[in-house]
Amino acid sequence: MATTHIINEAIKAQRDHEKRRWVVIGGVLFVLVLSFILDIATGPSMLRVGEVTNALLSRIGVPIEVSRTTDVIVTNLRLPIALMALIVGGSLGVGGAEMQTLLNNPMASPYTLGMAAAAGFGAALMLYLGGLGLNAQLAVPIGAFVCCMISASLLFGLAMLRHITSGQLILAGIALLFLFQSLLSLVQFVSSPELSQQILFWLFGSLTKANWTNVAITCVVTVICVAVLLRDSWKLTALRLGEERAKSLGVNVARLRLKTLIIVAIMTATATSFVGIIGFIGIVAPNIARMLVGEDQRFFLPLSFLIGAFLLSSASVLSKTIVPGALFPIGIVTAIIGVPFFFWLIINKRR
Amino acid sequence: MLEVSNLSLAFGDLVLADDMSFRLNTGQTHVIIGPNGTGKSSLLKTLFGDIRPQKGSIQFSGEVFNVKNVTQWRRQFGYMPQDIRLDVGLSVLEVVLLGQLNALSLKLGDSLLEEALFALEQIGLVSLANQDVRTLSGGQCQMVLFAQALMRKPKILMLDEPVSALDLHFQQVMLNHLDQQTKANGWVSLMILHDLNLAAQYADNLLVLKGGRLVAQGAPADILTPQLIKDVYGVNVDIEFDGGGVPFVRTHRFSGQAGIHSNTSQIKAVS
Repeated sequence: MATTHIINEAIKAQRDHEKRRWVVIGGVLFVLVLSFILDIATGPSMLRVGEVTNALLSRIGVPIEVSRTTDVIVTNLRLPIALMALIVGGSLGVGGAEMQTLLNNPMASPYTLGMAAAAGFGAALMLYLGGLGLNAQLAVPIGAFVCCMISASLLFGLAMLRHITSGQLILAGIALLFLFQSLLSLVQFVSSPELSQQILFWLFGSLTKANWTNVAITCVVTVICVAVLLRDSWKLTALRLGEERAKSLGVNVARLRLKTLIIVAIMTATATSFVGIIGFIGIVAPNIARMLVGEDQRFFLPLSFLIGAFLLSSASVLSKTIVPGALFPIGIVTAIIGVPFFFWLIINKRR
Repeated sequence: MLEVSNLSLAFGDLVLADDMSFRLNTGQTHVIIGPNGTGKSSLLKTLFGDIRPQKGSIQFSGEVFNVKNVTQWRRQFGYMPQDIRLDVGLSVLEVVLLGQLNALSLKLGDSLLEEALFALEQIGLVSLANQDVRTLSGGQCQMVLFAQALMRKPKILMLDEPVSALDLHFQQVMLNHLDQQTKANGWVSLMILHDLNLAAQYADNLLVLKGGRLVAQGAPADILTPQLIKDVYGVNVDIEFDGGGVPFVRTHRFSGQAGIHSNTSQIKAVS
């Protein structure tokens, strides 16, 4: 009888623990909605939060009167950008979370493994080659996507080898980062100053290229990828116990590693090809999520998404408001927020 | 019955198994002893299908292991590797639950939680259930991983130095529970131990490994002799028997030569 009591208590404690995690997720979702609305409200013509909310509500069918101008600004101009911020931020957060899980290292992300640098090189190369006959709007994302996948394939090849450790994979990724950065510099070096300027602007990362078409593509890719990852959430949790132990629990580690790498590469390539290079969210978001809910992937994965989305969305607000009237490249803003956090993380780890 | 026939395993020049054959009965606790670096852990990994041997076959109740059935093969095993570090943001209960990986879904049912808690309760750890594993001591981690291995509901349970970090109390709790469950459920339990007296107390069948050969196998009381220990470890011991006929290995302060026990020439192999 006493035993049953203890067991029931422990089950209740576990359920409470899960409830607390839901509360955290709810809280982050709330601030995310706020920053999303602020993101739509800020810009060359500032809208009131109430107006934006009404316009959004009327969009989803609530019968509210909204002025024609507000509706056009919200729906046609700002909504795609604000949605892109959420989706790209989220997919970078999830990409980082799974890279960190896979490689058992809190400093891993698609960015540090050279995938973003490869995308940058692909975009630069396309600009340099003049789009190979395609129009630049189409050619640049395609170049970025293809190069990102090529760089990731090199990692896949390594990951498929038997008995390769996560440490070796990270080293290989960092080597790729240097390789693609050098190639990128090479393209810039041989380009004309005007072209070099264009390349640089792409590398900064910018959400302004968002339109309904690329938002829809990114959204579909992200939803599918996240759903597939969620199905493997327990296996991914087991992987964090160490590769040998994951094997002992029946996980096919080589296959899980390859599958997850491919999914993350597709997500990263898609996001990066439309918005350029956005640093640090892949590292920062999962680390915050881990501190808040631990590493049960059923909570860690969605929360990494929400925090990534929140970070990019609020960075988007900042990029428009730091200097009123001017738009700072969002890639710069995220790195400036990211670096102090990175330092705090390192110092905190040592304690 | 787990049956190993003509197993040969080598890493380069290092021979870990040389035409080794043995049978492990169900419902018994089998203990491997032998010097460091003699291939005990590699043998467990080979049985688990993680290392491919150069030669030989492994079969369990009629099923022969091959590369194609590795997933299904491993499903029969509870395997607790040597490494006991747990550096992950999960609770004890969650780590134990992972033992039933294939049964877990996005929504956790009460019955699985109860099962995991029952496993913890049986080895006296239920009070730690909701604690973060990063706050545990090495010995507590080892017990948690033991509970995880039990949660697998194995037919074959392999433990690689399962008591290396445990205090006297938990050594007895773990090995006693293992012995009971092995007999009650008809498991094949196979573990590596370094403490010869624990091995003598808990082994139904003792396997003595050295230089890639099985130099002795049988009930501890039948095979443990001062000469065997001398041959295998290069250490002089006395062997006494307690009232129940269990051998007790009494060591003396070391007066031999470091390195002498790597001499394998006098060891006669049993096959």
